[in-house]
Amino acid sequence: MGKMNFVKAGLMGLSLCVAGTAMAEPVKVGMITTLSGGGSGLGVDVRDGFMLAVKQAGNKDLSVVIEDDARKPSLAVQIADKMIQSEKVDILTGIIWSNLAMAVVPSAVAQGKIYISPNAGPSKLAGKGCHPNYFNASFQNDNLPEAMGAYASENGFKNSFIIAPNYPAGKDVLNGYKRFYKGKLSAEVYTKLGQKDYAAEIAQIRASGADSVFIFLPGGMGIAFMKQYAQSGVDIPVLGPAFSFDQGILQAVGASALGVKNTSHWNKDLDFAANKKFVASFQAEYGRLPSLYAVQGFDTASLILSAMAKADVKDTEAFRAELKKIDIASPRGPLKFGNNQHLIQTIYVREVIKEGDIYTNKTNGVAIKDHQDAYAVDCKM
Amino acid sequence: MTAALLIEQLLNGVQFGLMLFLMAAGLTLVFGVMGLINLAHGSLYMVGAFACAAVANFTGSFWIGLGASLAAAAAAGAIIEIVVIRRLYNRDHLDQVLATFALILIFSEGTRWVFGSFPLFLDVPELLSGPVSLPFGVQYSIYRLAIIVIGCLVALGLYLLITKTRLGIRIRAGESDRAMIAALGIDIRTLYTIVFALGAGLAGLAGALVGAIQSVQVGMGEPVLILAFVVIVIGGIGSIKGSLFGSLLVGLVDTMGRFLLPSFFKLFMDPSQATSVGSALASMLIYILMALVLVVKPKGLFSANA
Repeated sequence: MGKMNFVKAGLMGLSLCVAGTAMAEPVKVGMITTLSGGGSGLGVDVRDGFMLAVKQAGNKDLSVVIEDDARKPSLAVQIADKMIQSEKVDILTGIIWSNLAMAVVPSAVAQGKIYISPNAGPSKLAGKGCHPNYFNASFQNDNLPEAMGAYASENGFKNSFIIAPNYPAGKDVLNGYKRFYKGKLSAEVYTKLGQKDYAAEIAQIRASGADSVFIFLPGGMGIAFMKQYAQSGVDIPVLGPAFSFDQGILQAVGASALGVKNTSHWNKDLDFAANKKFVASFQAEYGRLPSLYAVQGFDTASLILSAMAKADVKDTEAFRAELKKIDIASPRGPLKFGNNQHLIQTIYVREVIKEGDIYTNKTNGVAIKDHQDAYAVDCKM
Repeated sequence: MTAALLIEQLLNGVQFGLMLFLMAAGLTLVFGVMGLINLAHGSLYMVGAFACAAVANFTGSFWIGLGASLAAAAAAGAIIEIVVIRRLYNRDHLDQVLATFALILIFSEGTRWVFGSFPLFLDVPELLSGPVSLPFGVQYSIYRLAIIVIGCLVALGLYLLITKTRLGIRIRAGESDRAMIAALGIDIRTLYTIVFALGAGLAGLAGALVGAIQSVQVGMGEPVLILAFVVIVIGGIGSIKGSLFGSLLVGLVDTMGRFLLPSFFKLFMDPSQATSVGSALASMLIYILMALVLVVKPKGLFSANA
């Protein structure tokens, strides 16, 4: 009996192998992103951007499973385990927050899965911790603030008050700003992640005598800060990376954000054919303007689609080589991967304006052209 | 450090504390009178904020929105009391926690279904926008000052309600002996619904007031709920006086800690290390305070049944 079963199992296995080679290779993507609770707007935009590219390509061999991490690292780890072990996904993507990325990515890539980041870009994964299976299609956390630091120095700001939440990305961002900013610091403040009341910090800003305030407060934190800042009567100019001034939250901030300068690797008015097409099709599909998160989601999906057209995802090395070529028409214009598989891209300075009834950004100019992150030199790839 | 900065921070602490009081008062009343642990209190806060934002955007008036927030949260409170909560009074605390946790999920997903995942816009009314000059060179937001005034008025109103009215007498009687006041022929079911709706209305008011200077989005209630629980544990569960005192204590300790601890550590550490140690400790401070209070007074500072 035992022998009979053994033979059966062998036959089954054999027939499965045959079936496997006969079909076109499907690719299964697992997306772990934040769809509920604070910060869900970011995950929704990444997902919608991603699914827009999938829909436009119409490739039946690509399937996507999406799960909500509710911005909880422990939940993200559980979902990743489930996706790798029982769903058998080939590629993971989707994580918004750097603390969640640090909890999931190192173990996922060590298990041989490819991970493409549509947002989080913690420094630890860009330098010594870089990995052949880890690609970043968004930015390294330091990039946008580095550009803002350069802008602040060029525009004569000499005494900055800088503020960020106390988590990996917050530290990366402030380090990025300090790397390119040449003036002195009035104060460096870390707040709790998710904090909504900034009265204590704004009082310190008022008393500080600084000539500029650099903030990195993504999502709802930025909305709260800007509204309270406008109410406080402090009129020191605010600078920041695009995260606190992006399309998804500007309507909630309202007039308080008008005129704020921010740095971004994308804006809806960038003059590329792919960008015009992307903005129009996103608006047609979802009835709202896209954000930079939507672009990152869109590019992540485009990357996967371009690579799967030429290589089999089971052949990791060939697939990675195709990913590295970035054979896509990105709304951001031409992109290139550095040795650490993080993007070398141009960062722009934007200004918050009002267009009709909608608060949005216009591009003022280039902050740093073809910018590469500072950690690439530490990556041995 | 200037006197102006110190005064501004004290005002911030008081304002934060009074905001917490609006949440904690309802929570502690419901626990004191009905013996119910209501995790969905934060959802009522969210309901208030969304109602205010939606109505204010529709009518163009913040004040109508504020009225709507009170009404919507009180109505939501009354409905969930009648439909769900009423069945839980005689159950174990674990059942209450499970059921009200389910309510959180229902409210959050329901709100997302109606309003979407993106934050709503709600701005401070024209009348209260901008800063005002106070003595000692202090510049302070008029709106925050108004929150302090409203918080004080609510505290006074609750004091009068509890001590001077017939409803207040019944609430106090309910706190000390539920079975007895039912036996005396008082309609305990209606009393419970009124108390629950009152607590819900206060939470909704807090949500609307805070929504105008923070962000109106799904999930905004839970962080505040945690703080409100800390407040009522410190103040003594069931005591309105305790929740007022506890909220002011938590508000002041949290605000002053965030502001003073990093500068304190700078006295003997290098600045960047001091900042991270200081801010880490500041975010733990109120929990440390709670632990200390529990060591000294295990039932809280003003326990209702002491």
